[in-house]
Amino acid sequence: MTKPGEYYQRDRMWHPPAYDKDYKTSVTRSPQYSLISLQNSISEITGPTFGHNDVDPLDNDLIKNYAQPGQSPIGERIIVHGRVLDENGRPVPNTLVEVWQANAGGRYRHKKDTYLAPIDPNFGGCGRTITDENGYYFFRTVKPGAYPWRNWVNDWRPAHIHLSIFGHAFAQRLITQMYFEGDPLIATCPIVNTIRDKAAIGQLIAALDKNATIPLDSIAYKFDIVLRGRRSTMFENRLEGN
Amino acid sequence: MTQSLDYLKETASQTAGPYVHIGLAPGAAGFDIYRQELGWDIAGPNARGERIRVEGIVIDGTGSPVKDVLLEAWQANADGIYAHPEGGGEVEEGFRGWGRVITDFATGEWAFDTVKPGRTRGRNVGTQAPHINLWIVARGINIGLNTRLYFEDEAEANAADPVLNLIEWERRRATLIAKRTERDGQTVYRFDIRLQGEEETVFFDI
Repeated sequence: MTKPGEYYQRDRMWHPPAYDKDYKTSVTRSPQYSLISLQNSISEITGPTFGHNDVDPLDNDLIKNYAQPGQSPIGERIIVHGRVLDENGRPVPNTLVEVWQANAGGRYRHKKDTYLAPIDPNFGGCGRTITDENGYYFFRTVKPGAYPWRNWVNDWRPAHIHLSIFGHAFAQRLITQMYFEGDPLIATCPIVNTIRDKAAIGQLIAALDKNATIPLDSIAYKFDIVLRGRRSTMFENRLEGN
Repeated sequence: MTQSLDYLKETASQTAGPYVHIGLAPGAAGFDIYRQELGWDIAGPNARGERIRVEGIVIDGTGSPVKDVLLEAWQANADGIYAHPEGGGEVEEGFRGWGRVITDFATGEWAFDTVKPGRTRGRNVGTQAPHINLWIVARGINIGLNTRLYFEDEAEANAADPVLNLIEWERRRATLIAKRTERDGQTVYRFDIRLQGEEETVFFDI
C-alpha cells in the first residue's frame, strides 16, 4: 500500500507576506487570520494538465503573435529562456508557462491602463508555451519598459515580465515576475521589496546570457523557475519516506 | 560547518498585478490574440452529474468589491475523480476540472458553470466532502490565496470532512459553505469571499 508523495511545505518566510504597508494595495487585500495549514490530499497533489493542442506554435513569439504581416513591435529584441525545475532540481516537463508584459514604452495593452506612453500597434504583450521533456521553455519578445504607478507618488516599476506556471499539481501553482540584470529600479520597487530575503529577490532577476544571444538579432536573458518539490512515494511500513 | 543540502528554493511569488488579464484572459483586457483562451469550460459536454453555476464576489477589508480578481477552480468530476494521472481513475472525455474566471470590472461579480463534484478520496481513510478548490490572485495579493468551496446541501458530508474539521473555530467553517439557490430552473451556488473582517474566508496553506 503506497501513499502519494506530498509536496514540500512552502517556505512562507521566503515568499512575500500578504500584508506590506509599503505596497499599499495589499493593506486591504491581505487576510488577517493565519492560513490554515493542510497536509496534501488528492485535491492538492493533482492539477490541470495541458498539451500541445492547447497552444499554437506562434504563441511564444511576442514579436510575431500580434504584429501586422511584415511588421514588428518597437523595442530591444530579446529571448527569454530557461528551465522549469522543482526543488529537487528535476525538470518539470509538459507544463504550461504563460507570460504578459508592457511594451517597450512601458504601456500595457489593457483597457484599464491609461499611462501616456503609446500602445504599439504590433505588440499584444502576452505569450504562452509548454515546457519540453527537459523542462525547457523560451519566448521571443521585446524588452518591456519601466513605467510609473500610483503607490507613493513617484514609484516606478522596474522592467519586468509576469509569469504564470502550473507544474503538475495545484499545490505548485505560481505567479511571479521576472526582472532584468542591472536595472537600478529593482532596489527601490515596493513590489519587489515585499520579498524580505535578498536571495529570493536575486532569484527573480534574469541574467544576461550572451551564450544564448542570436548574433546580430536578439539579446538573451536566462530565467530558471523553481516549483515546489515532492517527496518520494511513501510506503506505509516506512513512514520516514524513501 | 555542516554539509549543505542541495535543494533548490521555490521561486518567490509576486503579485499578478492589475493587468493579469492580458496574460491569462486577453479578451477581457480588450483584444483577441489566441485561437482559444484556456479555462473557459471546466466540465465539457459529456460530464455526468448536476449542472450548476457558481457565483460570488470578492470583498476587501473596506467592504468593497474587488474588481480585478482572477480566480481559478480545480475540481473532481461527479464521481470524485480528478482529471490527472493520479486523480483516481478516468474522467469523461472533455472533462478538465479546471477553469479560470475574472470579475466584472464594474461590479466585481464572477460566475462559472460546471458540474457538482462528488466526494473525493481522503488523505488517510474515508472521503472528503464534495468541494471545489479555488485560487485567487489580484493586484495587492502577493501570493495566490487558496480556499475551498463546499456545498450547503451536503451537510452530512461536510460534518465529516477532514479539512473542515481541521478548522478549530466552528463558526469560521461557515465561510466555506456555498449557499444553494435556484434561478430560472438552474441551480446556483453563491460563494462570497471576504479577504478581511470578522467573516474573513478561511484560506489554506496547501
